[in-house]
Amino acid sequence: MIEVRIQPHDFNVAAELDRLRDKRTDIGALVTFTGLVRDMLMHDRTDGQPITAMTLEHYPAMAQRQLEAIAREAETRWPLLGGTIIHRHGRLMPGDQIVLVAIASAHRHAAFEAAMFLMDWLKTKAPFWKKEEGTAGTHWVAARAEDDAAAERWSRG
Amino acid sequence: MKLLYFSWVRERIGRDEEDVALPDGVTSVGALLGWLASRGPDYAAVLENRSAIRVAVNQDYADDAHPVSSTDEIALFPPVTGG
Repeated sequence: MIEVRIQPHDFNVAAELDRLRDKRTDIGALVTFTGLVRDMLMHDRTDGQPITAMTLEHYPAMAQRQLEAIAREAETRWPLLGGTIIHRHGRLMPGDQIVLVAIASAHRHAAFEAAMFLMDWLKTKAPFWKKEEGTAGTHWVAARAEDDAAAERWSRG
Repeated sequence: MKLLYFSWVRERIGRDEEDVALPDGVTSVGALLGWLASRGPDYAAVLENRSAIRVAVNQDYADDAHPVSSTDEIALFPPVTGG
């Protein structure tokens, strides 16, 4: 069962992994992705300018609902032994942790694929919006076509 | 019905939520957006490019054909950028 948490405060990756493993000995693979706030704008005309902070706005009820749905979908696609998704909201600074996806499975392929799937779907479905603050002012981050394409490759058709 | 706005949609409209009475004849997301666009220049500006706006009905994504009712929670926002 993948647990979903949305919170303003930071998380401790090592503590989360310990909690996921508990005293189990059936887990053969534990894949972790941590998303961080970068210190530099990397898109459109503002390329290369430093950012001083990032605020994540979210739609609480829908974010929880969508992340739960994405987690349940991953559980139907891969033989998983547990997992944790944490997404932060509020004002964050460069270097801060934004998101954690940790997935446990007996074997590495399922864990790698499920973690990648969860991030790809999270980025295109979970209702969070980033606003960057920098020397050039503040602006809302635009959605990227590459993220849509990354999510699309997991669609079943 | 309850309308919720997020990100630059919220900033442009100038509020994060409002309760509105569902107008007669408005039964779908598409019709609701058409009516909203007629409420003022900021609404019209937000909805000028329909493809820039996502709609959720009761916390699930909905297309223009999706039905709406007076008890729904309907959210308008730009494509998401979390993660």
